[in-house]
Amino acid sequence: MRTLDHKLLRDIGSSRGQIVAIALMVACGVALFVAMLTTYQSLERSQRAYYDAARFAEVFAHATRAPRSLGPRIAAIPGIDALQMRVVADVSLDVPGRDEPATGRLVSIPERSRPPLNDLFVREGRYLQPADRTQVLVSEAFADANGLRVGSTIGAVINGRRQRLHVVGIALSPEYVYAIRGVADIWPDSARFGIIWMGEQALSAAFDMKGAFNDLAVTLTPGIDTQTVIERIDALLARYGGLGAYDRTDQPSHRYLSSELSELRVSVVMVPAIFLGIAVFLLHLLLSRQVGTQRAQIAVLKAFGYANAVIGLHYVLFGLLIVAIGAVLGIGAGLWSGWKLTHYYAVFFHFPILRYHAGIELLAATVMLVILAGVAGSLSGVRAAVMLPPAEAMRPQPPARFRPSIIERIGFRRVLSVPTRVVVRNLERAPLKALLSCTGLALGVATLVVGRSTYDALDLMLTHQFYAAEREDAVVAFDRTLPLRARWELGRLPGIIRVEPFRAVAVRLRSGHHSRRVVLIGLEDDASLRRIVDLRGRVSRPPRNGLLLTGKLAQVLGVTPGDRITLEVLEAAKPTMAARVVATVDEPIGTTAYMELGALDRLLREGPTISGAYVAADARDRNVLNAALKRLPAVAHVAFREQTIENFRSTIAEVLAISTTLLITFASVIAFGIVYNTARIALAERGRELAVMRILGFTRGEITLVLLGEQAVLTGAAIPAGLALGYAISLSLSVAYSSELYRIPATVSRATGAFALLVIAGAAFVSAFLVRRQLDSLDLVAALKIGE
Amino acid sequence: MNSTMQPQTAAPAIFHVHGVSKIYRMGEVDVRALDGVDLDLYAGEFAVLLGPSGSGKSTLLNIIGGLDAPTSGNVFFGDWELTAANDATLTRFRRKALGFVFQFYSLIPSLTARENVALVTELVDNPMTPEDALALVGLHDRLDHFPSQLSGGEQQRVAIARAVAKRPSVLLCDEPTGALDSRTGRLVLETLVHVCVDLSTTTVVITHNAVIADVADRVITMHNGRISGMRRNAIKKSPADLEW
Ligand SMILES: Nc1ncnc2c1ncn2[C@@H]1O[C@H](COP(=O)(O)OP(=O)(O)O)[C@@H](O)[C@H]1O
Ligand SMILES: [Mg+2]
Repeated sequence: MRTLDHKLLRDIGSSRGQIVAIALMVACGVALFVAMLTTYQSLERSQRAYYDAARFAEVFAHATRAPRSLGPRIAAIPGIDALQMRVVADVSLDVPGRDEPATGRLVSIPERSRPPLNDLFVREGRYLQPADRTQVLVSEAFADANGLRVGSTIGAVINGRRQRLHVVGIALSPEYVYAIRGVADIWPDSARFGIIWMGEQALSAAFDMKGAFNDLAVTLTPGIDTQTVIERIDALLARYGGLGAYDRTDQPSHRYLSSELSELRVSVVMVPAIFLGIAVFLLHLLLSRQVGTQRAQIAVLKAFGYANAVIGLHYVLFGLLIVAIGAVLGIGAGLWSGWKLTHYYAVFFHFPILRYHAGIELLAATVMLVILAGVAGSLSGVRAAVMLPPAEAMRPQPPARFRPSIIERIGFRRVLSVPTRVVVRNLERAPLKALLSCTGLALGVATLVVGRSTYDALDLMLTHQFYAAEREDAVVAFDRTLPLRARWELGRLPGIIRVEPFRAVAVRLRSGHHSRRVVLIGLEDDASLRRIVDLRGRVSRPPRNGLLLTGKLAQVLGVTPGDRITLEVLEAAKPTMAARVVATVDEPIGTTAYMELGALDRLLREGPTISGAYVAADARDRNVLNAALKRLPAVAHVAFREQTIENFRSTIAEVLAISTTLLITFASVIAFGIVYNTARIALAERGRELAVMRILGFTRGEITLVLLGEQAVLTGAAIPAGLALGYAISLSLSVAYSSELYRIPATVSRATGAFALLVIAGAAFVSAFLVRRQLDSLDLVAALKIGE
Repeated sequence: MNSTMQPQTAAPAIFHVHGVSKIYRMGEVDVRALDGVDLDLYAGEFAVLLGPSGSGKSTLLNIIGGLDAPTSGNVFFGDWELTAANDATLTRFRRKALGFVFQFYSLIPSLTARENVALVTELVDNPMTPEDALALVGLHDRLDHFPSQLSGGEQQRVAIARAVAKRPSVLLCDEPTGALDSRTGRLVLETLVHVCVDLSTTTVVITHNAVIADVADRVITMHNGRISGMRRNAIKKSPADLEW
C-alpha cells in the first residue's frame, strides 16, 4: 500500500490542472447551493423571528367607526389571543423637497406603552412621549426615500386641517415590511407612500374617533380555525361598516413579502439544485474518464497481484481527494456568500432581526451527495480497468478496432485529409464517450443559458407591462370615487392628451373554499392606454357580462371560464352577488379581475363613477401638469410612468439581480471547467498518438488541430443541444416561478444565447491555449519508451 | 581512438556527431547516458548500433533524430547544425529527411495500413504512393487493414513502409525487431536491408542482439555512454541466414 500511496500523490501532482478544474466546478455547484439555501433558510427564520418579536397580528379588519366598548366582546371570541384597536387614516402629506403629494398612513399607537400587537422597531430616535401630540414615528423606507431624519417636520392635512408633525423616531413594523397602499397597488412605492405612527389620543381627537376605532388586529391561539374567527369578527363589525376581516394571506405586506420569498426560493433552491446536479454529473463523468486513462497501469497492478479492492480503493481515494477539495472550498465560499447575501436581503427587506442559519443537515447532505458522486465516478472508471484480465498488461495493448467512419463510407473519404480522418474515426469509435463529452459541454451551455435567462424574463415582463399593457404617461388616483365627469376636468389640465378613466374596487372573490381579496378594475371598452394583454400580445376587451380574471387568479380560485363565483364588494353598499368568469388572461404581473366600466357601475348600483384615470400627457408640460395635479384636492396620488418603471426595477428586479449575478459567475466557472477538462482528458487519451505524429514530422500546429478538431466538433454539437436544454430548463423553472405576485415567463433572448456562446467559445479558446502549451512540451522520447 | 576505427570509405559523411554528452539529473545523482561521443555516419551505409541495454544507444539515436537535445556537444547534418536548431526547423528536418521505426510500431490505431502511410506521404513533395511503399514491404494485400487486424510483424512492416514512403535520406530504427519472434524479425530486417540498398537510404539500426550486427556495413558498439568499438563487416550476411 505504501508504494501505491506514492503513486497516488504523484498522479495527483501530475494532473493538478485538471484536479483544480474539477474541484473548482464542484466547489461552484456546492457554493451556489449552500449560499442560496442558507440565505433562504436564514431569511425565513429572520422573518419568523421578526414576526414573533413584534407580535405581528394574524387577522386584520377595518370598519368605519366602531366603539371601543366592542373590545371585550371581540376578545371573547374563542381563539382570539390578543387584540389591538386602532385608528388608521390615509392623509395627504407635504414632504419638504417633494413636488408631488405623498400619502401618509396615520396609524395610532399607545402613548404610554408599546403596542400590544404589531410592535415597532425603533431604528433611530425614540418612541413617543405622552406630552407632545405632534410627535410621530415614520417608516424607515419612507424616511430614507424622502431624506427625513429625527427632528424633521412634515405637513399633513388631517381632517381638513393642516398640521405640522415632528419626527421623533424612524421605525419598522412587520405590518409594513412593504408599505403597499392597498390591494389595488401591486408595488410598494416608498417615496410616495409612508407610514406615520402617531399617539392614539392625538389621532382619535383629530379624526373625531374618541372612544372608537376603525382598524382591528388580533392574534390567535394556536390550532384555531381562522375562518371561523373571521366570520365572528365580521358579524360583530357588520353594524359598524366592517369591510371583511382577512388573514395574513391577504395582508398586503405579508402577501408581497412571502411572494418575494417564494420567488427567492425558486431561484435559491431549484436553480442551485440543478447546478449542483450538473456539477455532480460532470464530476462523475470526468472522474471516470480520468481514471480510465490509467487503464494500462491498472492492468499491470493486477498482474502483479494487487487485489481489485485495493486498486479500487486507490482510485476512490483519488476521486475523494478532488471532491474533498471541492466540497471544502464550496462550503467555505457558500457560507461566506450566503452570509453576505442574507445581509443584503435583510437590508433590502428592512428586517430588523437577522438570523443567519446554516443547517448542519443541509451541509452534511450536500457533502454526502458530492462524495457519493466522487466515489461512483472513480469506481465506474476503475471498473472497466479492473475487469480486464491481467494478461492484457503483459503485452502491448492491441490496437483498438477501427473501421472507416460513416462519413467516409457514404463517399466523403476523398474529401477528408488523413488527420481529419483520425478526428472523425476517434469520434466514431467511441460514440458513447463522445456523447458523454458532448452532454457535459451541453450542460455547460445550459447552465449559462439558465443563469442569464432570468434577466430576459425580467426584461420581457418589463416590456410587456409597461409597453404593451400600461402605456399611459401617468396614473392619477383620486382619494374617493368621483362622478364620471371628473374626467373632463382632468382633460382640461395643461399638456393632457388623452384621459381614460377607471374604477377600482376592492372585492373578495370566492369559489368553494378558495377566496382572494383582489382589486376589480373597470375599464372602458376602447381603452388604449391601459390594455388587458397577455404575454403573446393578444388584447382582451373588458367584458360586460362577467369577469375577466388573470390566469393565475383563476388558478388560485380553481375556476375556469364559464364557472360562477361569489363576488363580495368590500366598499360602499357592499353588495354580494354571483358573477360569471367569462375569460382569463395570462398576465405576468399581479392578480386582477376586470370588467367593462359601465357594467361595473351597474353592478355596484352606482351612477357613472371613477376612481382615477390613465392619462397621456405631453412630456414638455410635465412640470406644469404636476403642479396642477397637486392643486386638485381629490387627487390622492399620481404615478408617473418612469417612476413606476424605476420602482419595478428597484424592487423585483433587484431581488433577482444579485442571485442572478452569482448564478452567472458560477455557471461560467462550471462551463469553463467542463471545456478545459474535456480537452485535458482528450490530451491524456491521445497524447501518445500525437507524440508519434510529431516524430513523423507533423508540426505542433498540425497535431493541435487533430486534438482540438475533435474538441471543436464536440463543442459545436454541444452548443445547439445546450441552448435547447437551457431553454427547456428555463421553461420548467418558469412554471416553478409562478406566484400570485408575478409569473416569470420562459424566454431566452438572443443576447443570452450569444452570451452562452461567447463564454463557451472563450473557455474553448483558453483551454485550447492551455492544452496547446501542454502539447508543446509533449515528451516525444518518453512516448517511445512505453509500449501502449 | 585508434586508426582502425577511422572509416575507409569514399562516401561523404552526412551526420557528424562531435563530443556529444547527455546527462540526466536525477536528484543528487547525475546519469551520464552519453559521455563524449564522436561519430560520423556515411551516405547510403547500413550501420548497426550495438550495445547492452542502458548503454545509451536510444539516447544517441534520439539526438541524431532531433527528438532530444544533448547536454553538450554538436550534431551536424551535412553543414547544418542540428543542435543549434529550433523546434520548427527540427520538425521540418524530420519531415523531409528522416524516417523512424520503433520497437513498438507506433501506428495510429484509427488509420488503415494505407492511411498510416498516407499520413506521412501527404506531408512531403515527392513521396512514393502508399501502395508502392506497402508493396515494398510485402504488404500489397493488406492495404485496408487496420492495425488491430495485423500481426506484430505486419504492423512493424507498415511502420517501415510509413518510414520509407517519403524517400528519407536517413532511416533510424530503434530495436525494430525487439518485440518480434526471430522468424518475423528476420523478415523485418530483410525489408530494411532491401530498402537501404534499393533506395540507397542511410540506415541506422539499434540492437542489443549481436547476431543482427552481421547484416551491417558497419557495426558501432557502445558501452556506458561511450563508443567502445567499431568494425566493418568484410562479408555482410543476408538476414535470412541469421540464427537467433
Ligand atoms: N529520461 C531519462 N531520465 C533519466 N535517465 C534516463 C532517461 N532516459 C534514459 N536514461 C538513462 O540513460 C541511460 C541510457 O539510456 P538509453 O539510451 O535508453 O539506453 P539504451 O542503450 O538501452 O537504449 C540509461 O542508464 C537510462 O537509465
Ligand atoms: Mg533503447
